[in-house]
Amino acid sequence: MEYEAVIGMEVHVEINSKSKVFCACGTDFHAPPNTNVCPVCLGMPGTLPVLNVDMVNKSVAAGLALGCTISRWSKMDRKNYFYPDLAKNYQISQYDLPLCHGGYMDIEVNGVEKRIGITRAHIEEDTARNTHTIGGGQSGVDFNRCGMPLLEIVTEPDIHSADEAYAYLTLLKQTLQYLEVSDCNMEEGSLRAEANISVRPKGTTALGSKTEVKNVASFSGVHKAIDFEIKRQINVIREGGAVLQETRGWDADRGVTFSQRQKESAHDYRYFPEPDLTPIVVDEAWEQRIRESLPELPQARCKRFQTTYGLSPYDAGVLTAGRPMADYYESVITAGADPKKAANWIMVDLQALLTDAKQEITDCKVAPEHIAELLTLIGDGAISGKMAKDILRDIFETGKTPKAVVEEKGLVQISDTGAVEAIVRQVAEGHPAQVEQYKGGNEKVLGFLMGQVMRASQGKANPKLAEDLLRKLLNG
Amino acid sequence: MTAPWCDKTGHEIREAVVRGDVTARVVTEAHLARIHALDGKIDAYTQIWEEYALAMADRVDEKRRSGATLGILAGVPISLKELMCTKQGETTCASKMLAGYRSPFDGTMVQRLAAADAVFLGKVNMDEFAMGSSTENSAIKTTKNPWDLGCVPGGSSGGSAAAVAADLCSMSMGSDTGGSIRQPAALCGCVGIKPTYGRVSRFGLVAFASSLDQIGPLTKDVRDAALCLNAICGRDPMDATSVDLAVPDFTAALTGNVKGLRIGLPKEYFTDALGAEVREKVMAAIEVLRGLGAETVEVSLPHCDYAIAAYYIICTAEASANLARFDGVRYGFRHPDAKDMRGMYVMSKSAGFGPEVRRRILLGTYVLSSGYYDAYYLKAQKVRRLIKQDFDEAFEKCDVVLGPTTPSPAFRFGEKTADPLEMYLSDIYTISVNLATLPGLSLPCGLSSSGLPIGMQLIAKPFAEETLLRTAHAYEQNRGFDMGKPPIA
Amino acid sequence: MSRIGKAEVEHVAGLAQLELDEAAKERLVHEMGDILAYMDQLNALDTTNVEPMMHALEMTNVFREDCVGESLPREEALRNAPNHDEEYFIVPKILEGGNA
Ligand SMILES: [Mg+2]
Ligand SMILES: [Zn+2]
Repeated sequence: MEYEAVIGMEVHVEINSKSKVFCACGTDFHAPPNTNVCPVCLGMPGTLPVLNVDMVNKSVAAGLALGCTISRWSKMDRKNYFYPDLAKNYQISQYDLPLCHGGYMDIEVNGVEKRIGITRAHIEEDTARNTHTIGGGQSGVDFNRCGMPLLEIVTEPDIHSADEAYAYLTLLKQTLQYLEVSDCNMEEGSLRAEANISVRPKGTTALGSKTEVKNVASFSGVHKAIDFEIKRQINVIREGGAVLQETRGWDADRGVTFSQRQKESAHDYRYFPEPDLTPIVVDEAWEQRIRESLPELPQARCKRFQTTYGLSPYDAGVLTAGRPMADYYESVITAGADPKKAANWIMVDLQALLTDAKQEITDCKVAPEHIAELLTLIGDGAISGKMAKDILRDIFETGKTPKAVVEEKGLVQISDTGAVEAIVRQVAEGHPAQVEQYKGGNEKVLGFLMGQVMRASQGKANPKLAEDLLRKLLNG
Repeated sequence: MTAPWCDKTGHEIREAVVRGDVTARVVTEAHLARIHALDGKIDAYTQIWEEYALAMADRVDEKRRSGATLGILAGVPISLKELMCTKQGETTCASKMLAGYRSPFDGTMVQRLAAADAVFLGKVNMDEFAMGSSTENSAIKTTKNPWDLGCVPGGSSGGSAAAVAADLCSMSMGSDTGGSIRQPAALCGCVGIKPTYGRVSRFGLVAFASSLDQIGPLTKDVRDAALCLNAICGRDPMDATSVDLAVPDFTAALTGNVKGLRIGLPKEYFTDALGAEVREKVMAAIEVLRGLGAETVEVSLPHCDYAIAAYYIICTAEASANLARFDGVRYGFRHPDAKDMRGMYVMSKSAGFGPEVRRRILLGTYVLSSGYYDAYYLKAQKVRRLIKQDFDEAFEKCDVVLGPTTPSPAFRFGEKTADPLEMYLSDIYTISVNLATLPGLSLPCGLSSSGLPIGMQLIAKPFAEETLLRTAHAYEQNRGFDMGKPPIA
Repeated sequence: MSRIGKAEVEHVAGLAQLELDEAAKERLVHEMGDILAYMDQLNALDTTNVEPMMHALEMTNVFREDCVGESLPREEALRNAPNHDEEYFIVPKILEGGNA
């Protein structure tokens, strides 16, 4: 029998507000343990939460970008359970009336477009972090993360493979980064993905019992974990067993999922409306204000790069993967550069420098106008492509303008036919043996002679012109 | 025992301090001396802040010497219920769970009183986590009613009421979730006001039931209640449920004029369930107000019989979540024998909370639990709406609703502890006011034949505290008898 | 007949993280049963078209601006904890994963 997987994703994203969701503590990930805490986020007696409006604005922006309907009226609820990372032993979250619901994302897998339904996106508070390095059968709790603003985004069970899950996560991350509502840094836990996975015989509609795979540190890890889990569940069923409803962790070293805890059916969160907070009413005007402030989203921008700049889907995809890179590229175009040449220089040469230096485009000292200037210098024949690479390396390190480097180093290309011809003649006369070899049919020697020309001209000879003249001389 | 200054009201003390007739230090020392002499019998105080109180008093006196304008409660000695968060001393909620707990902040109300130049004498007893109607549920001590040491002072702000009645402070800050200011005020012969929900910030009030809790003063007269509200009311950015509404000068409402005031008498409050003596005194009070030109009109609160059931569902549900935080991780009691995580929770909670608190947590957990939410919690929220609508309709016919505060005067220790439901039923007249978020005020209207105070309750529309105060004040000035003092030494 | 039995009391105690001895369970079966039976009188009311009063006030949209304020000094934060070291609140070993 053939099986198909049914997967729903739950993603928790930390919204990048300056302060926590219900108190004025900062949100610096790197703060020492228990220093970004106050009576409110420690759940001390007598304290009350007050909702951060930035969290609402950014959650609505995310909801709109995910095609969601924004609830005109929503409320916060208490989710009750006991855990040491939960200061009040209830989490302030949203239950039956989330802020955003009923959206979708159109992903593309192997060239096929597919729509993933977004069930809901709701506001909640993050929990503390536990550390197990204390020893002596004890754990330590750091409440810095407790009360960080969290948006939980839940999909419909529309995902059927690890590839689709991967594509969904990638697009979701890209979208949220475009919105600048989260840095989506998985290592720092500002994006955490869980997959609810079940399998069923192909063609049937009933859902099998699902496992929840949690605590995976990367998208590729999620991909591998889902792949593994689908195979494992199919094997369990084929061998006549039953899949247990449980939470499973991912062991990246061994490449396996493992049982973390069986889900007690007794889980009873006793949700009820949070009496300390007022309902959230997002009227049309407020929604419209946020809608108008939304940036162009990655998929739209990618398409526009193809139609407006004539880029290939691949190049457009690379350049629009992150908003800063796409902005950079468009600034280069605005400064007058040829779109295709600019794409090439940015994706190949500049990217190589960035990669070597472990820098992001936002750290880059090369101003977009300088890339345009560099391309103009090449186009005018003032410098060679080889020179341009050297200049780029220089300005990447120093932040100078290309023209300044050209002047400083006297890197002006010699394109005067007479002057180049004189050098070519001089080289040919100085290397009679090689000239003979060439004339005897050894084409390879041309490269050697060209090198001599460039050396004699201190690299300034226009290479195209020099090659033409050299051939003419040797063949003549 | 004569105790100069201790029998004075807050406004009398403030005026004397401003005029320079007395220093805040002298007033404070007099109160501290009386506390030392008498509180052994009453057991109202759980903490006496001798040095702190004198330092506060000295600051007031220094301020006066420097010519600065004195706050509206300058030199007024105040005690605070054990669940008010203060940096000074401990904030225990009269629970073993919080023994030794030191709050890192002062609640908003505490800050505002301090800014008004009040003097804090210390903290007073209460039912554990404000759960009770007799202060018998305190894990610290048993507070006695100054009018009869064999009787309860009421609760949960029993320490506050007893301290005010026994002249152990000028006024005391209480909290009222279902009558916890008004009921002890009635039983001890004080004035007690629960402001409209949202009038006073709850930041720094340890929560019992968040949608019902409200802070208010217990005082010796109506003017003090008005004065205190002037100091503590108003929007607080730390409490999302505090209302952004201008705070009037409540003392300006004390005009003595109730001509044409329409007093609503709920027929459901004057039934056989009401004790004869209480009925008699309340009826007499109505006559006094009629004599002053007020009119009476019968109103109906048809759903008031359902108030206690709805109240105990809502308050226990909220409490079950509010009290979940007491787990021995960040503060509070942790059982020394706890070996693992679950043991830490279970053993700490079971040993740290008293029986009534445990019972209410269990009830609240039950009414929220899967399968019961709709039948209990949701139903109660709907009934709460009906009760609020009853009052809305009544206030179309009248300006203020008048009735008894309690069915009977103070009861004896142990009288109602055996049956929790019977204890709950004693809050019959006060509870619906919290459910409907209304302001309510209790003030003395006489003594029973056995010499126990009897209180009557006034209820007004949301944010119509001025109407309550005006009515109460007019009655107080014209009631025609002297309540006298409790018969303690 | 009581409204609830021992099993319900035990279940609710489990949810609330309370432990009860046998005598307490017996007592609570009766006390809670009486109180719940009293609460059941609400069923006499028809509330079909009644909006539940989910919040005490009619207010909506009370927010705070996204401004960073003072946090507590760490010693202050840890001061009331039954067990802590210089950096952390200390609890018995936590085994399972969280729930956010
Ligand atoms: Mg969640
Ligand atoms: Zn905080």
